[in-house]
Amino acid sequence: MSSQTWSVRNVLTRVSGGSESNTSAGHKLTLPRQLLLQALLLVIAFSVLFPLLWVVSLALDPRNISRPTTLQLIPPGASLDAFKSVIAQPTVNKISFLGLALNSLKLAGGTALGSLIVGVLAAYSFSRFRFKGREVMMLGVVTVLMLPAIAALPALYVLLNRFQLQDAAHKVLFNLRDSLWGVGLAMISGMLPFAIWNLKGFLDTIPKELEEAAIIDGANANQVFFQIVLPLSLPALAVTGFLGFMSGWTEFAVSWQFLTKVSDHTLMMELYNMIGQFAGNTPWSKFASMSILVSLPVSMVYLLLQRYIVGGLTIGGVKG
Amino acid sequence: MATIPLERGAKVERPGLLSRLTKSGTPYFYLIPAAVVMGIITFYPLGFQIWMSFTNYGLANLRVTAPAPDFVGLSNYIKILTNDLPLQNFNFLNMLAFNLFWTFSNVIFHLVLGVLIAVVLNTDGLWGKGIYRAVFILPIVVPQIIIAAVWLNMYDPDYGAVNQILAWTGHIFGLAPSLFHIRWIDQIDPPIPGIPLTLSYFALLFTNIWLGWPFMTIVATGALQSIPKDLYEAAEIDGASWTQQFTRITIPLLRPALVPATVLGIITTFNLFSLIYFLSAGGPLHATEILLTQAYRLVNENQLYGVAAAFCVYIFFILLALTLVINRVTRATESYDV
Repeated sequence: MSSQTWSVRNVLTRVSGGSESNTSAGHKLTLPRQLLLQALLLVIAFSVLFPLLWVVSLALDPRNISRPTTLQLIPPGASLDAFKSVIAQPTVNKISFLGLALNSLKLAGGTALGSLIVGVLAAYSFSRFRFKGREVMMLGVVTVLMLPAIAALPALYVLLNRFQLQDAAHKVLFNLRDSLWGVGLAMISGMLPFAIWNLKGFLDTIPKELEEAAIIDGANANQVFFQIVLPLSLPALAVTGFLGFMSGWTEFAVSWQFLTKVSDHTLMMELYNMIGQFAGNTPWSKFASMSILVSLPVSMVYLLLQRYIVGGLTIGGVKG
Repeated sequence: MATIPLERGAKVERPGLLSRLTKSGTPYFYLIPAAVVMGIITFYPLGFQIWMSFTNYGLANLRVTAPAPDFVGLSNYIKILTNDLPLQNFNFLNMLAFNLFWTFSNVIFHLVLGVLIAVVLNTDGLWGKGIYRAVFILPIVVPQIIIAAVWLNMYDPDYGAVNQILAWTGHIFGLAPSLFHIRWIDQIDPPIPGIPLTLSYFALLFTNIWLGWPFMTIVATGALQSIPKDLYEAAEIDGASWTQQFTRITIPLLRPALVPATVLGIITTFNLFSLIYFLSAGGPLHATEILLTQAYRLVNENQLYGVAAAFCVYIFFILLALTLVINRVTRATESYDV
């Protein structure tokens, strides 16, 4: 490597420098106004929290009732029994919470990684180079950008079903459709155009000077990509990866249609098994405690990434 | 390693430097993975889906050794448009109209509430901003199946929280509790005579407003913080009222951030499969069905793969048209530069 005339830190300070110049004195908020706004915001916060507290209340209820009877946050005789039984085995299907979480994790991680690795390469190419066929290919990405996975479900279902391994007695050993691999492919198919577009939107905002300096210093395309572009786009990669992870973590429609083996079931499928199949007979305490177990980890990550997620979304959104 | 000699005063051709790499075929090299992946799992299936849409593909054709389906021409497309499917209460154009109305009625609420709450939240010297912001994002993070299930529970006619709260409020005004035995999800008759919107639409609308405004607030809060405060101070010195400041400074300066967020909101709401599928299940009598939930039913329940393929081709073109129209509108309103 030649001397580090181009440093990542330089650009980072340049990119983030603008936002700090915006401090001002402003007026002092008068106390009555403060209280009025606080009252308003508390009401809003309560309305946001109410359904979620309803979940907590149900999860703690020891009776595993099908319907809550009173509006109480901590029900009489609150216990964590529902959590225990959910962790052991959420539904009648013989699979533990850990097994389900592992399947969901595979799906979510695979969707995030797959769309990210392939996506960032394409995004780099679209953002930095002008070449023959660029417009046509970008148009191709844009036309399927808004298309959810369900809109390609009939074809994906039929096509993936053709990849089967059978033994001599025509017993199906492996069916791509009936596996987490197949669901993952369908998920990536829906996620990849978004990843490309979102990452391209971010890369477009990174000044080119740094890469040019590196080229002058003799760096080749791969060095530019791996040593400058990739480190700089880490926030965008984190956000796009997280959104891909979330779409895999919360995926229901494709896996419900594709998967038949209990050992492949995901968290969402078992949640649906609790509420969908036997409506009116939902084991609410178990459902609620499973909901908490499913939502808590992703909520934490979201809180940490919040700032980047919004920025990342609005940059990549629809900008041409 | 090769270096470019730079003389003092030499003109640096900026685009030229990166395009040096272009000639080596680098851009194509970086595109290969995406082209291969999208070719196989996106464009090939979409093409295959168009072929499927001209056949009577069904359960019998699914097995690996099964015979190919029969070619039926445009019959699937025509059957969908003329509501000639073996499904009850299927009306394509009504569903499309409902889907569009559903989308815009939701997004307007998201936008107005989101911006107003962001403005309140952006007040200088307000206590607990960080806490409120953290609380407000919770609906976004929780998986929609959970949100739908909880709201379904709360809309329960007998014990649901919504009816309980309404009965309490009604009690203050001396109304009998029996008035509030409202069947939010199941009631077939529309509550407002003459308007074909069921109670379940209003239940879904309310739930999705609860679900959707925080995103707009987060986007608007970010944008509000980048508006220089001196603008407001100058306006105040010039005697501008709060409303004038809001319409002349806040709104125009929020626009660049809100337009992409709104487009995103429109597309997500149009395709809001999970909430509707789990909360009202498209009911009662398919009155709150959207295109995507219907497409899923065609595959999952009816196993009419050929018809479903044609249905999805319709969805593709409707989404494409919607995107183009939105782009037109957002470009047309881009007249005032800030």
